[in-house]
Order: sequence, then structure tokens, then C-alpha cells
Amino acid sequence: MSVSKFLRQTSGAAVALAASASALANPVPWQLNLTRGVTSESHEIFALHMAALWVCVGIGVVVFGAMIIAMFRFRKSRGAVPATWSHNSKLEFVWTLMPVLILIGLATPATRILMNEYDTTGSQMTIKVTGYQWKWRYDYVDYLGKPVGDVGFMSKLAAASNRIRQLDSGLDPGSVSDHGFKDYLLSVDKPLVIPAGVKVRFVVTAGDVIHGFWVPPFGIKKDAIPGIVNDIWVQVDQPGIYRGQCYVLCGQDHGFMPIVVNVLPKAQFDSWLAAQEAQAKADKAARTAQAAGPANSAFAQH
Amino acid sequence: MAHDAALPHDDHAHADPKGFIHRWVMSTNHKDIGTMYLVFSLTMFFIGGLFAMGIRAELFKPGMQLMQPYFFNELTTMHALVMIFGAIMPGFVGLANWMIPMQIGAPDMALPRMNNLSFWILPFAFVLLLSTFFLPGGAPAAGWTMYPPLVLQGGDDVAFMVFSIHLMGISSIMGAINIIATILNMRAPGMDLLKMPLFCWSWLITAFLLLAVMPVLAGAVTMLLTDKFFGTSFFNAGGGGDPVLYQHVFWFFGHPEVYIMILPAFGLISEIIPTFARKPIFGYKAMVYAIACIAFLSFIVWSHHMFTVGLPIGSELFFMYATMLIAVPTGVKVFNWVTTMWRGSMTFETPMLWAIAFVILFTIGGFSGVMMALVPADFQYNQTYFIVAHFHYVLVTGAAFAIIAAVYYWLPKWSGHMYSEFWGKVHFWNSAIWVNVLFFPQHFLGLAGMPRRIPDYNVAFADFNMVSSIGGFLFGATQLVFVGVIIHCVFFSKVRAPAKVWEGAHGLEWTLSSPPPHHSFVTPPVIDNSVLAHGDVMH
Amino acid sequence: MSQSGTYYIPHGSRWPIVAAIGLFLFMVGFGNWLNGNDSLGQTVMGLGALTIIGMMVGWFGSVIHESMRGNFNGQVDVSFRMGMMWFIFSEVMFFGAFFGALFYTRMISIPTLGGEGAGALTNQFLWNGFAPAWPSNGPEHIGGAFSTMPPWGIPLLNTLLLLSSSVTITIAHHALRAGHRGRLLVFLGLTVLLGATFLRFQVHEYIEAYTHLNLTLHTGIYGSTFFMLTGFHGLHVTLGTIMLIVIWLRCVRGHFNRDNHFAFEAVAWYWHFVDVVWLCLFLFVYVL
Ligand code: HEA
Ligand code: HEA
Ligand code: CUA
Ligand SMILES: [Cu+2]
Repeated sequence: MSVSKFLRQTSGAAVALAASASALANPVPWQLNLTRGVTSESHEIFALHMAALWVCVGIGVVVFGAMIIAMFRFRKSRGAVPATWSHNSKLEFVWTLMPVLILIGLATPATRILMNEYDTTGSQMTIKVTGYQWKWRYDYVDYLGKPVGDVGFMSKLAAASNRIRQLDSGLDPGSVSDHGFKDYLLSVDKPLVIPAGVKVRFVVTAGDVIHGFWVPPFGIKKDAIPGIVNDIWVQVDQPGIYRGQCYVLCGQDHGFMPIVVNVLPKAQFDSWLAAQEAQAKADKAARTAQAAGPANSAFAQH
Repeated sequence: MAHDAALPHDDHAHADPKGFIHRWVMSTNHKDIGTMYLVFSLTMFFIGGLFAMGIRAELFKPGMQLMQPYFFNELTTMHALVMIFGAIMPGFVGLANWMIPMQIGAPDMALPRMNNLSFWILPFAFVLLLSTFFLPGGAPAAGWTMYPPLVLQGGDDVAFMVFSIHLMGISSIMGAINIIATILNMRAPGMDLLKMPLFCWSWLITAFLLLAVMPVLAGAVTMLLTDKFFGTSFFNAGGGGDPVLYQHVFWFFGHPEVYIMILPAFGLISEIIPTFARKPIFGYKAMVYAIACIAFLSFIVWSHHMFTVGLPIGSELFFMYATMLIAVPTGVKVFNWVTTMWRGSMTFETPMLWAIAFVILFTIGGFSGVMMALVPADFQYNQTYFIVAHFHYVLVTGAAFAIIAAVYYWLPKWSGHMYSEFWGKVHFWNSAIWVNVLFFPQHFLGLAGMPRRIPDYNVAFADFNMVSSIGGFLFGATQLVFVGVIIHCVFFSKVRAPAKVWEGAHGLEWTLSSPPPHHSFVTPPVIDNSVLAHGDVMH
Repeated sequence: MSQSGTYYIPHGSRWPIVAAIGLFLFMVGFGNWLNGNDSLGQTVMGLGALTIIGMMVGWFGSVIHESMRGNFNGQVDVSFRMGMMWFIFSEVMFFGAFFGALFYTRMISIPTLGGEGAGALTNQFLWNGFAPAWPSNGPEHIGGAFSTMPPWGIPLLNTLLLLSSSVTITIAHHALRAGHRGRLLVFLGLTVLLGATFLRFQVHEYIEAYTHLNLTLHTGIYGSTFFMLTGFHGLHVTLGTIMLIVIWLRCVRGHFNRDNHFAFEAVAWYWHFVDVVWLCLFLFVYVL
């Protein structure tokens, strides 16, 4: 079985398996709220976000409520006579203290979640992510304690989206889709592939200007800075296709460098990686043997 | 020698300068200079707004319809630079020029000629900046934050951008020095610091912020310049520098900068609400301390703009806590405004409407700020439209609304005529509605995952973008009413304004005629505590 | 607050607009020059510089004239003092940006690139083999091998020069207050000489750095911070020296008396500020 054929089959199966997960994870029209995401970290962030939101709504109701009551009750046209007091130390003390307590209530879980996100120990896989103008490069560094041989590729905006997004192309951005998701500008030629259920560490950097690596359903985000390496980890248990974008302004095509992550069940991932390594070896051999035509490697497309 | 007394108040002995050039270009008069600042600010608001309309038009629906992506980035960058340095900051300086001498019983600013220079640098600075649109390679396009290495990829615009920022910095520093000297040195006898109107207090503290951070911005852009043209390696890791260094220096300026754009607004709102509630401001001293406290904290929170650059966890936590703390003094201010209204006797003239909208909408912007201060949550909000929504709530419905409120509040004093309440209210209600249609949906877009600074987006973001754009066009069109109201008031209104324009107004400025005499106070006024807003209030 | 019961307002002046135009021309010219329009740029820049110099002569001239006529009351004097004070403060913050850059690179970016602290990955993946050290021109050795200025030669001498110039200007100030005209002129003149000598040595040092040490603006982060800090400082010394010369000439003409010599004091403050900046430079750039 050829590598690419194998890949087409496996990724197809994986997509079917995970369609429900991706449906939750990708943006939908009229979406009002943050995605809950698919990792335990993104769930925690979501909970923190909702807590902060409700705190703000609560304070808002009190403050704006008081204002609105004041505006109705104490208007001159209703004969209101102004009071002459202008301070009240007790009251002022209370409303200095109250926000402090509320904020401590928010800061505590935030601190805990952050500590967890910063803990990259115990990861079983390392992938180097490099941002370029305007594409991503993914290099597989090690997996389950063993170095990965020469697997790495560029990933850039899919051709269909790229055609549509040209000025006055006249093409309909709603016309492209992938398994029911209208993926205009959120699709690439070759997605990043990672295994489900494995703690993956990304080491993130850039080759020219600053980019940003962000996949909202994972709840991870890190700047890709030339000359500096940042790290970040993720463990996705649900296979599926997850989409994100470069989020740091990086020049004219900043809006056109999406990130697509294909999370495969572990077994499938293992064979995918093995196939990639084999292919890389074959390519290398072909190159050294000065073979005539360059090997065409069109995997990982689905 | 220096005191050979009883000089006339004006060397020239004639109070009204003759001729256009003499009056406007060579001016040493705080009111004329204030007027020029305000006109300049309004002009820049329209230019910056025009760029915003370009942004909103391209984002009206998915697909690229109007411009190349690079031009979109130019618009975003110039929109922000023009609005921040051209519209909001000069707007506040204009108000300071007009009102501070009148509020503290001074004849003019402390250093009137330098005042003139502060103003006249600005038009040149913006000619320099805006001219980059016509250069080969176009205008700056790396965002108003000008991060290297991207910004260094720019063409001919880089040098001009840097120099125009130097000019703006020089102007701001001189303006700040002038305001400090005026407030500390020119108060009429009896005008104690703690009797000053809150607007003066807010500007005094803002001026110190300006002095502390504008030179730092100048330093940051100077390093950009030398990295690009003189081979230095400040922001190049290969040479031992670090692109993140720039971000630290920039945000050490940038965060105080956003408070520079809101503290004077706090001052203005603290003038307007008591007037129309007919009740002294609640907790005057607490208001002063709160401003000072916010100003202090603003120096130790800058990295909340850099939560995702990979800072060590200790810094992340420190900056998270410090940032959250700012909500406390800001809360004090909000609660005090509400309590000032409580048990008052309110009327709702146009300035009051803007002030009330300010309190509500600024607070909403503050809430999203506090949400972003939570580091893990900010990982999801960072660089999305959630932030765009945040800062437009604090900047447009905060800073800009406060300036507009102040213009309505003092326009009759400045011009001697009443503006049209009807058209003022038309302006207000349309603005208040459309600005929310414009910016509220951007929260949803950001949460759904739409990054900022992109010219095109996935179709899932289409609906709210269209709503936002429609709101934007209508909000923008509404601002034309503002211009109409001002022109009508200044040139055509037949209703004369009395000295004390508003029934509940207190303060020295209302003891002067409308319009006030050429030199506000020729001799120091005798302070009668009962005319002051805070003079007879013992805290 | 007002002491004589009236306020003083200067009349309108053409100098502010001339200053704005001068600055504008200077920057348009400089920008064009940087962008490769050499001759146009240099011409416009020169025009701007001339305008600025003319403006300064004119503006300060008219202020001096007004001051001599006794137009300024005590309140104006205080305003001037505040203006100078806060201007110096803003200058301190300007230097702060560059000192900040120096501390940041020494304490954070070089160690990070060298794999210390949080930099393990950065070093492992990108700059393997780079060891953190100061001075450094980074892992790419930008500008090539270089040596640094030894602190105990010219820099130490320069420190002593500036420190003594602070003493001489203080003596001159006391002489002015005590009405000793001769001593005033001698010690103020000495200050000028010390400042000029400092500059002379600094020029020598720069030539030395470029010709013998291969230490240039292009020498990675060390060269960047070294030349930007000492360069901006040198510019300030130059300005200060010019101001001292002007003040010396004004002393010769008898512009100042015991109680009324704000211009003298302003320049003295400025000189002390330049001195303090140098001490920080000496410590953090040369010695440590
Ligand atoms: C006038 C301008 C202004 C003001 C006043 C503020 C005010 C605040 N801002 Fe904002 N901010 C900006 C302008 C401003 N900001 C801009 C321009 C950016 C983007 C820059 C860029 O990247 O281009 C930005 C970005 C920004 C970020 C970075 C986000 C990111 O890049 O990821 C953060 C993060 O912490 C933040 C936080 C805050 C906070 C906590 C406040 C606080 O000061 C708000 C305090 C106010 C309140 C909280 C409301 C009233 C209080 C109460 C009623 C009391 C009780 C409340 C509680 C207990 C919650 N801001
Ligand atoms: C200081 C203040 C300030 C103000 C007042 C505004 C006002 C507005 N801003 Fe902006 N904005 C910023 C500061 C400000 N902004 C900053 C700092 C950024 C970040 C930039 C960056 O990422 O680097 C930004 C970015 C920004 C973006 C994101 C761009 C991007 O990420 O790519 C958008 C998008 O909608 C936007 C929109 C608007 C709109 C619609 C207004 C409106 O309120 C404008 C209303 C005014 C007018 C429209 C002018 C008046 C009317 C006319 C000219 C008449 C003609 C018009 C019609 C007939 C319709 N702004
Ligand atoms: Cu890459 Cu934005
Ligand atoms: Cu901030």
C-alpha cells in the first residue's frame, strides 16, 4: 500500500470518528461565547472565563441598576431636592474592600490554572513549530523518548481558499468546505498531525518576524519569536480536526496563515509517523542516488 | 530687578492681537491655543475615522473586495496612531489649555510661548506621518505597537514614522511641563491644591505620566531607527538582543499611555456629573487618591500586554495581580460618580447624557479589561477582537465620549452662545446606539476566535462583522452632526450664554463672562469658597 | 504665587512657529537622507539645523532681553525653574530606556540565548554552543571579534574630569552669589575647559574603538548599547558645554546678579545631570 493511499484512508476514518468533536470546536455563525474546547485546560479556561463574566455581569447589574434608579428617582422634574452630603468614610471603605475580595476570588483559580499550563514536564512528544511569512513549518523532534528521523514539512493556506481570497476574485468564500465545515481561510495544504491522548510539547519559534501559534479549542497560545524558543503543551483526547490561526501581525498575509491540527487515534498516528519516516528515508536515498524526478510526497491530504 | 512691579499684563499693552497670523500663529493665548488644539483634534478624529471606515468597509463581508491586505494593515496602523496621538491626546491638551487657567484663577498658562510651540509641532508631525501614504512602499503597516522585526521590514516610511513620533513626544513633554508649572505655580492665592477642580487634578497627574513615559517611547523608536539604519542589534537575537526587549520598552510607555488617555476623562466626568446632579462630587479626596493610585499602578502592569510572549511564570502572576488591582481605585471612581447622582436633583442636558453614557460604557470596557487580566483566560482573548472591543469601549465610549461631553459642557462658555439642545441630543442618541452596534458584537467575534489585524475572515465570522460595520458607518455618519452643532453654535446661534451657563455649575470658570475676556484673570481673583465646587466642603 | 499682584504674559512671538518649521525640516531632511536621497536630505536637514540655531539665538535673545529689562517677576522665575526641572526629569527617563535595554540584555537576553534559566530550549534548538558572557555580540558574533575599552584608562580620566567640573561649577556658583566676578569667570571657564577636554577624550576613545578594537555600532548588542549610551551622553555633554559657553559670555557681560541668575542655575542643573548619567555609565558600561 502506498503511503499516500494509506494516509488518505486513515485520516478519512479519523475525521468521521471525530466529526462531533470538531463541530464543537470550530467557530459557528452567530457564535456568542468562547469555545469550551476539547482539552481539560481549555475547559478550565472556559470555566474561569464564565466566572469572570458572571462576576462582571453581577457588578454591572448593581452599579448600572443603582444608576438607573437614581436617574428615575432623583430628577429635578420630579421635584428632587439635592442632598448636601458628599462623603461617607464607612461606605467608601466597604466599596474599596469588596472588589479586593472579589478579585482574590478570581485570581486564585487563575493562578492554579496557569501553574498547570506552565508545567511541560512529562511530555511524550516534541514538535518544533516555526512560523514563516506566511506559512508554518512542523518538525517532529522526538516521540515516546525516541528521536524522530527527519520528519518535517511546511503547511500553508489551502489553494482553494487562496484563490478565493485574492482581491476581487469574485469567488464565494462560502463555497469551500471540509466535512461540512465551511473552512474558508481555516484550511491548509498539509495539516499538523498529532496523536490523541499523548502529552505533546510544542517548541515554538519563528524564522523571520514574530508569529503566533494558537488553536482555540486547545486553549493554548504562544508567540513564535525569531531567535527565541517558547514551549507549550497540549493533550487532546478526542481525535478530530482543529483549526486556529496565526494571531500576531506578521505582514501582508498575516490573515492567511491558518493552523490545522489533525488529531489521530494513537495507533493510526504511529503508523502515520512510521510512514513519514520511511518516506523521508526514501526521499533521502533518492536524492543521494541523484534520481531523475523529485519524489512527489503528497501525503496528509484528505 | 525682576519685580519692577505693575507691568501691564501684556507687553504689547493691547489686549486683542491684530491680524490672523499674529493671533493664531504667534499666539501666546491659552484660549486661542486651546481652540487650535481642539480643531486639530477634531480634524484628526475625522481622518482617523475615515481610516476606520475603510477597515470596516473591507470587513463588511468575507472575501477581499476593496484593498490589498498590505493597505489594510496600513489603515489599521495609521487609524490607531492618528486617533491616539492626533485625536485623543491633543483633545485633552486642548481642554487643559482652555480650562486649567480659568479653573485656577490664572491669566494664562505658565509658559505661553512654549505652549504655542507644543501645538505647532503637531500639525507638522502629522504631515510627516500622513505623507508616508504617498511614499513608495506606503505607510507604516506593523500596527500602532510597531513591533520589530516586522516594522523593520517597512520601507521609506520607517524613518518618517520614527521622527513623527519624536515630534509628538517633544510636543507632549512640553505640554506636560507647561501644565505642571501652571497648576503648581499659577494658582490664585487661596486656591489650595485640595480645592482645585478634579479636572485639574487629573491633568496634573497625567502630566507626570507623560513626562515619565513619552521619553521612553522616544527611546524605543530610536532603537528601531538604529536597528534599521545603523546596524545595531537591540532587537536581533543573533547579535545578543531580543525582539521582546522592544515590547517591554514599548509597553512601559504603552500602558501608562492608555491611562494618559483616560485620567483626564475621569476629571471631566467628575466636573460634569456634579453640575447636573446639583450635588457636590462624592468623596472628593478619594477621587484624587484614586487617580494617583491608578497612575502609580500603571507603571507596574505593562507586561499584561505580553502574557503570551513566554514570560516566566513569576512575572505572569505578578503582572496579573497588579493589573487586577487597578480595578479597585477605578471602582472607587465609578461608585463615587453613581453616589454623586444618588439623592441629587438631576437634569439631562446633552453633556450629562454623554457623561452617563461614559460611566456605563467605560465600565463595560473596564470589565473586559479585568477579564483579560486573568492570564489563562487572556490566552484565549489575546490578539482577538475581544481586545478590540475592550479598548474601543474604554477609548471611544471612554476617552472620546468624555471629550465630546466636555465640548458640550463648555462650548457655551467658550463661544458665548448656546448650542442646539435638540441636535446635541440627536448626536448623542445616535452615537450611543450605533457605537454599541459597532463594538459590542466584536466581543462575540473575539470569543469565537477571530484574530485582530486581519483583512479577511472565515465565513463563521461574517454576520457579526456585518452588524459591526453597519454600526460603524452609522456611528461615523452621526459625527457629522457634531460638526454641524459646533459650527452652528459658534457662528450662527443667536442665544447668548450667561456667565454661569448651567444652573448647578460651580467653579471659577463660571465667574467669567461667556465668552471670557482675552486674558482670563488679569489680576489674581479673590477666591470665594462658595463659588468653588469643593471650596467649602471639608473632608 | 503671584507676588506683585499682577501676572506677566509675554507677547506673541514668531519663534515657536520657526522652531516647529526648523524641527520639521530637520526631520524631513534626515529621513530623506536615511532613505538614500543623500543630497536632498542633507540640504534640507542642514536648512532645518540652521533654522533651529537661528531660532534659538532669536528666542533666547528675546528672553534675555526681557529678563534684562526686568519684565519677569518671581512667579515667572518659578515657572522657568519648574520647566527646567521637569525637562531634566524627562531626559532622565530617556536615558532610562537605554539603560533598561542594557540591563535587560545583560540580565535576560544573553543568559536566555546562552541557555540559562528559561533559555534551555532556546539554546538547544537555535543557538547550540553559545555560552552566555558579557561583553557579547551575540551568538552570530555580529561585527566580528572585538575588545572593550578598559575602564581604568581614559574612562576613569573622564570620570575625574566630569566630577571636577561639577566642583568648579559649584565654586563658580558660590562666587556668583558672593559677587566675586573674577572667581566666577575663572571657575566657569574651567568648567567649560573640563567639558571640552572630556569631549576631546571621548572622540579619541571612539577613534580608538573603531580603528583598534573593532568595537563599532555594529558590534552586536555590546556595541549597540555602548555607543548609544555613550553617544547620547556625549551629545548631552556637547550641548551642556555650548550652554556653559553662552553662560560664560553672559557672565562676562554682567547679565547676572547675586539673586537673579536662573539661566546660570539651569545650566548648572543640566551639567550635574550629565555628570550623574556619566557616573552610571562608567559603572554599568565600563566597570561592571
Ligand atoms: C483608555 C484606555 C484603556 C483603559 C482605561 C484600559 C483599562 C484596562 N485595561 Fe486595557 N487596553 C487598552 C486601553 C485601555 N485599557 C488598549 C488600547 C489595549 C490594546 C493595546 C494593543 O494591543 O493594541 C488594551 C489591552 C489590555 C490588555 C492586554 C490584552 C492582550 O493583549 O492580551 C489587558 C490585559 O490585562 C488590559 C487590561 C485592562 C484593565 C484591567 C483595565 C482597568 O484599568 C479597567 C478598570 C475598570 C473597571 C474594572 C471598571 C470599573 C470598576 C468597578 C465597577 C469596580 C468593581 C469591578 C471588579 C471587581 C471587576 N487591557
Ligand atoms: C483612540 C482612539 C480610537 C478611536 C476613537 C477609534 C475609533 C474607531 N475605531 Fe479603532 N482602533 C484604535 C483606537 C481607536 N479607534 C486602536 C489603538 C486600534 C488598534 C490598532 C492596531 O491594531 O494597531 C484600533 C483598531 C480598530 C479596528 C481593528 C482593526 C484591525 O485589527 O485590523 C477596528 C475595526 O473595526 C476599528 C474601528 C474603529 C471605528 C469604526 C471607530 C469609530 O469610532 C470612528 C468614528 C469616527 C468617524 C467615522 C469619523 C467621522 C466621520 C466621517 C469621516 C464622515 C464620513 C463617514 C461616513 C459617512 C460613514 N479600530
Ligand atoms: Cu504569521 Cu501572523
Ligand atoms: Cu495595558
